[in-house]
Amino acid sequence: MNRSAKDDLAKDDLARDDGRGAISRRHLLAGAATSALLGTLRPAEASQRTETTQSAIRRFAGEAEIRGGRVSLDLPPLVENGNTVPLTVAVESPMTEADHVRRIGIFNEKNPQPNVVTLHLGPRAGRAQVATRIRLADTQRITAIAEMSDGTYWSASADAIVTLAACLEG
Amino acid sequence: MARALINLPKTAKAGDVIEIKTLISHPMETGFRPGPDGRILPRNIITEFLCRFEGEEIFRAELFPASAANPYLTFTTVATRSGTFQFTWRGDGGFDQTETATLTVA
Repeated sequence: MNRSAKDDLAKDDLARDDGRGAISRRHLLAGAATSALLGTLRPAEASQRTETTQSAIRRFAGEAEIRGGRVSLDLPPLVENGNTVPLTVAVESPMTEADHVRRIGIFNEKNPQPNVVTLHLGPRAGRAQVATRIRLADTQRITAIAEMSDGTYWSASADAIVTLAACLEG
Repeated sequence: MARALINLPKTAKAGDVIEIKTLISHPMETGFRPGPDGRILPRNIITEFLCRFEGEEIFRAELFPASAANPYLTFTTVATRSGTFQFTWRGDGGFDQTETATLTVA
């Protein structure tokens, strides 16, 4: 999918947001006055973000060069429910004492906090492949960065379009 | 005690790469979500998962609020000898739970 088509989809997503907001509001009306709450319903506003993705990645990798490749990141391109999104990350590595994956960091772009999960592996893993489930607050790009035992860093990214954001609903 | 599910083969041959699946029931409250009264619910997540085999760390994960509720992790290890795996989850509010599972290597 090219960039502009994706942007259009993202816009569609925003346009539909009103409808979704109405559902959330209905939920909330039961308990509380609404107008003051609407601000807090937007999960991933820049103001809520604790750290930028870039600085979180730098905290993980230091000043090392991060190259593309060797990592594969698998998550569904279209996510119906952002509250639970299956994610699998794998790294091409023989996983021997001399050459293995030390760490894998997963980072998001638009959740309130950039870190998703940090995995510590070693030669005992046999295979560098981990699966988990994550939350996505918005349509965004996910990045996985692997640190090898030789100190090199490799990365891969994947885009996910989210129709129902995490944090909004129950 | 939160309910934890651990799935791994009972037996394996030496040198086999075995897959371990773990899941623990936990709300993983993000700390970014308003509750019914409109106030932000305090963060309550599992921050660390650790898997040891006979005391030796073989896998560790640092978890953040972006982990889904009931954190689920699948990872692998090389079967070397018979022994016990220890799985430990730690988190906010002093959450600390350890489960064990045994593997027989033929």
